[in-house]
Amino acid sequence: MNETRKPLLQVKDLKQHFPITSGALLQRQVGAIRAVDGISFDVYPGETLGIVGESGCGKSTTVRSISQLYKPTSGSVIFNSVDLVKADKRTMLKARRDIQMIFQDPYASLDPRMTVRSIIAEPMVIYNNRRLLEKPMSSLDIERRVEELMERVGLNKAFKNRYPHEFSGGQRQRIGIARALALNPKIILADEPVSALDVSIQSQILNLLGDLQKEFGLTYLFIAHDLAVIQHISTRVAVMYLGKIVEISEAVDLYDNPLHPYTTALLSAAPIPDPKVERERKRIILSGDVPSPDKERTGCYFYDRCPKKMPWCSCHIPPMFSKGPKHQVACWLYDEKDYSNISLEQAQAST
Amino acid sequence: MSIKADAKVVLEVKDLKTYFKTDAGIVKAVDGVSFTVREGETIGIVGESGSGKSVTNLSLMRLIPSPPGKIVGGEVLFEGKDILKLSEREMRSIRGNNISMIFQDPMTSLNPFLKISTQMVETICLHNKDVSKKEALKRSIEMLKLVGIPSAEKRIQNYPHQFSGGMRQRVMIAMALSCNAQVLVADEPTTALDVTIQAQILELIDKLSTKMGAAVILITHDLGVVAGMCDQVCVMYAGRIVEKAGTEELYARPSHPYTEGLIKSVPRMDTTKKGNRLFSIDGQPPNVIDLPPCCPFHPRCHKALPVCKGAYPPIKNLGNNHEVACWLYCSEEEQTQALNTAKESAQ
Repeated sequence: MNETRKPLLQVKDLKQHFPITSGALLQRQVGAIRAVDGISFDVYPGETLGIVGESGCGKSTTVRSISQLYKPTSGSVIFNSVDLVKADKRTMLKARRDIQMIFQDPYASLDPRMTVRSIIAEPMVIYNNRRLLEKPMSSLDIERRVEELMERVGLNKAFKNRYPHEFSGGQRQRIGIARALALNPKIILADEPVSALDVSIQSQILNLLGDLQKEFGLTYLFIAHDLAVIQHISTRVAVMYLGKIVEISEAVDLYDNPLHPYTTALLSAAPIPDPKVERERKRIILSGDVPSPDKERTGCYFYDRCPKKMPWCSCHIPPMFSKGPKHQVACWLYDEKDYSNISLEQAQAST
Repeated sequence: MSIKADAKVVLEVKDLKTYFKTDAGIVKAVDGVSFTVREGETIGIVGESGSGKSVTNLSLMRLIPSPPGKIVGGEVLFEGKDILKLSEREMRSIRGNNISMIFQDPMTSLNPFLKISTQMVETICLHNKDVSKKEALKRSIEMLKLVGIPSAEKRIQNYPHQFSGGMRQRVMIAMALSCNAQVLVADEPTTALDVTIQAQILELIDKLSTKMGAAVILITHDLGVVAGMCDQVCVMYAGRIVEKAGTEELYARPSHPYTEGLIKSVPRMDTTKKGNRLFSIDGQPPNVIDLPPCCPFHPRCHKALPVCKGAYPPIKNLGNNHEVACWLYCSEEEQTQALNTAKESAQ
């Protein structure tokens, strides 16, 4: 990516905490789930930024906070020089026309009582009624646009009066994609768009998304837990763990040269569909589970499961260290100073 | 790992057919499936949703809800006995004792109202009548330790919701293995889990099955999991096995166009170059209601022949225990003969 280009979307220190309340009447807040705990990244026009991580690491919350489906706790989301977090509702709605989402579950994300035509037309109808479109659309325009979109994503336009239950999973995902394209967005936030699909359908949808990106110059923020899918589609990749980005880099660089111990473990755990390669590979098996994100941490978020942990990591949160021009990693192993000889007492004393 | 051709056959499935009666017609979920499981072997069954993988294995355990489902034909020989002919009472002594199952979703397959201890002790006591509750509890704790649950003595008194997904799957494995079953059926054991946890669970299944000498039938849709775990693979499509071979043989020489497409359409971390289009199989998996007597894959096949529309291909052995059901490997005489018979029966 050309660094001099202006980023299309800037996320700065975004935090999304969900309160945990207790008590029947007074609903005191007793804690918070720190789903996203301070992440920053830029997305440049025309690229695909992939976000990987295990369940509960805050991938989906990140995209939902960006599209303002959740009001972020703090931080800013700057899209086209407008800070969506602070903007008033009308400005936010106007900016959000260019940000569309594709959801994971094609069974739950389409209203079963709406026909395909009304599902795809809905964003246009809403923005038309709110007078937020540059050029008002007549119902005939909308109808034409629906047909055009259906053909583009590979659906027969004769099916526009059908209901979602009449379609298979892959076709439903195509309906979701047509709906996301309806307003000519600049960026599409795709939240695990292929993980609910079968292998043969998955490759159809991935190819479709690739074609659409070339044709319309779209930018994607693509979430998946499947590392091979992410590698296939992304220009850059961010790895998340427990609400933090632990490593962000160009895709090629990340897969060839993973730096963070979590990324290394994640890559080695993902199975490769080739028995020869798979059996000779050395696998790093992490012990334990992802801890609950409900407490404030003072050390590295990965400390409990890290195979290379040092006493220093238990009480210092690592900042992002730059390794190479476009490769950043949040791990104390990559600081210039060597922390491996520092004892726990010394480390605690220096906090 | 190689195919242990001389090992004892534990389970033999012959031409198994399971149909479901629905308002729309008869669903032939499993339509003539045959495979053999040898002692200590791991056999993988791969296929997309609706291909009949799970129904095959529920049929082995005789857990098909009936009605609407019914096992209409075939044999399942366990140590030479056809378990499809056993009474429900005899069957119950086989389930768990001899053939045991791990289900996909560990949350719904454990009872949320009962402590882990109650559920495990119940399983052990049911299958070994002479074991006292105290001994059963001791055994359960040992099993939990074996599957790597920390402080098992305390954790056994917890309820399922107090465990994470990976831990719950470990509990399921502990339960499935607590009665020393010879065959372990694992129905998508890691689909609901994250990759790092998946790696832990797969290693555990592999280690324990070797230790206890159990054969494993692993059902999955993930070709990567199969590559790492299995000695033999069966690829299922629309209720039939379309290809069966040793794992290395299958990945090196996928012979059925469906298997070939399946392997090619998955992006690979080690070789796939970014930006290239993925190979994709067009179309959708077929509806298995009232399938015509033809190769069910022919509408999506990129190598389809005229005969594929007319008749179902016979199973051909390509040598090296590699079997494939595809007309591409049949001689022209066989093809024309099949076409003629199909025409005759149509008239």
